[in-house]
Amino acid sequence: MRQFTPILKKELKDYFISPMAYIVTSTFLIVTGWFFFSTFFLYNQADLRNFFTLLPIIFSFVIPAISMRLFSEEFNLGSYELLLTLPVSHADVIMGKFAAGVAMTGAMLLPTIAYPISISLIGDLDWGPVIGGYIGALLLGGTFSAVGLFASAVTRNQIIAFIIGAAICFTLTLIDKMLFFFPETVVSIIEYMGADFHFRNISKGIIDSRDILYFFSVMFIALYATYLSLLKKK
Amino acid sequence: MIHVENLTRYYDGFCAVDGISLEIHRGEVLGLLGPNGAGKTTTLKMLTGYLRPSSGSIHVKELDITQNPIEIKRMIGYLPESSPFYKNMLVYDYLDYVAKIRQIPPNDRYPRIKHLADLCGLKEVMHKTIGELSKGLNQRVGLAHAMMNDPEILVLDEPTQGLDPNQIVEIRNIIKKIGQEKTIIFSTHILSEAEATCNRIVIIHRGRIVADGDTEALKQSAGKEAVVFISLLNVGIEEVEQALSRIEGIEKIEKIDSTDNSLLSVTVHCKSSADLREAIYRKIKATDWVLMEFRQETKTLETIFRDLTRRINKED
Repeated sequence: MRQFTPILKKELKDYFISPMAYIVTSTFLIVTGWFFFSTFFLYNQADLRNFFTLLPIIFSFVIPAISMRLFSEEFNLGSYELLLTLPVSHADVIMGKFAAGVAMTGAMLLPTIAYPISISLIGDLDWGPVIGGYIGALLLGGTFSAVGLFASAVTRNQIIAFIIGAAICFTLTLIDKMLFFFPETVVSIIEYMGADFHFRNISKGIIDSRDILYFFSVMFIALYATYLSLLKKK
Repeated sequence: MIHVENLTRYYDGFCAVDGISLEIHRGEVLGLLGPNGAGKTTTLKMLTGYLRPSSGSIHVKELDITQNPIEIKRMIGYLPESSPFYKNMLVYDYLDYVAKIRQIPPNDRYPRIKHLADLCGLKEVMHKTIGELSKGLNQRVGLAHAMMNDPEILVLDEPTQGLDPNQIVEIRNIIKKIGQEKTIIFSTHILSEAEATCNRIVIIHRGRIVADGDTEALKQSAGKEAVVFISLLNVGIEEVEQALSRIEGIEKIEKIDSTDNSLLSVTVHCKSSADLREAIYRKIKATDWVLMEFRQETKTLETIFRDLTRRINKED
């Protein structure tokens, strides 16, 4: 795992050298900013609940757009061959790229700190749910990044990678809203599979080990699936 | 140094490499020759640990490639076929990135990159993005990439492909220079190139080794029959056949198509390696033909290569 940092740095630099990072971040800020503040004054409540309710849906489109290039681009260019003939392990490559995706998500979330700060100036903001919300957002971002990375590792076409990634993230977000379609016996299992269900818990300010375990296990499954699909390419 | 045994690779049922065994020694410059699709690139990709062999084994200095891939990759510098680099990176940034991955200590990185830039002639383009570079410069970046940690083994896949004649000579000189102390394996389908740079040649065809040996030994071993090339003015093929077929030791006379109609070019194939030039010359001198060209054809790698690959095609 010693070769992980140069890969992380290179991928992160790539985001900020190209217009990619700026386009994605500004799109994200415009969308969240509009949906959040357009109704904020109608509710007349000093909290960020609306922002965090929207986040999973917005993330399921934005994060696959960030992670779609991580492997697809390398397959398409052929540089993947160069990378793998350097003395690096699959774990280095996967973790380096995954960390770059998470770091990019963090960089995208960073400007939104302006929302709670400006709200706390005009009203009495409870910081507990806000901090919980941001921890949850990072966990959710990490999970979706891992899913997006997997989608990127199965195809050399970035658009297909985006669609696969967005479809999986979207399903994870919405599955607990479709419970009435399922027989009662499996409802609690299906509900447990939903990313939004766990994210809602954390963003209320309740940090429960079950929710954290959920995010880490989905991350692990997606990263392991990435590893398997890379092995198949050999 | 490198021990390859029974190396086989299938792509979805298609057998690209079929039971190759090779022993490569330290300090050898080995040319891997073969027509397109012979399995050269696949073999090299397996040697560098990018592809996994379907069966067979590769050992580098007692290390097995499936068990110690990272240690082996540390010893090998690889230039892939089309030098696919990150197009949006600067040349310097890219080499720096490779230096970091190759774990070159921070203090040595800059001198090392500078040295490679001098060696590969990259000085003027260090600040350019790789995407802007011409094919030849791209290839040089690849060479610098491959030599970053001064590896003991260099694997180059068609290093001179797409270069202009001057650049080809330059790259060959670099290969020769490095080849004095390093083990180099490179693939090519240009025979003169292999002849000029290698001290050992392996010819593969349809995934199998059809010839393996010293460049000189290989040239001598292939075919003993001498061939004489004659070009004559204003004379028909029948007359020539009639006149020359009386010489003892001639097997057949073949006409060669030429663009110039007044010129008749023929090759005379002899039964043995005996030099029949004198006898042929005397025959021609006795006639009133005008002799435009007269030479003994030497066996080049080209002819060896053609003979070998054709023979196999016929056998199938």
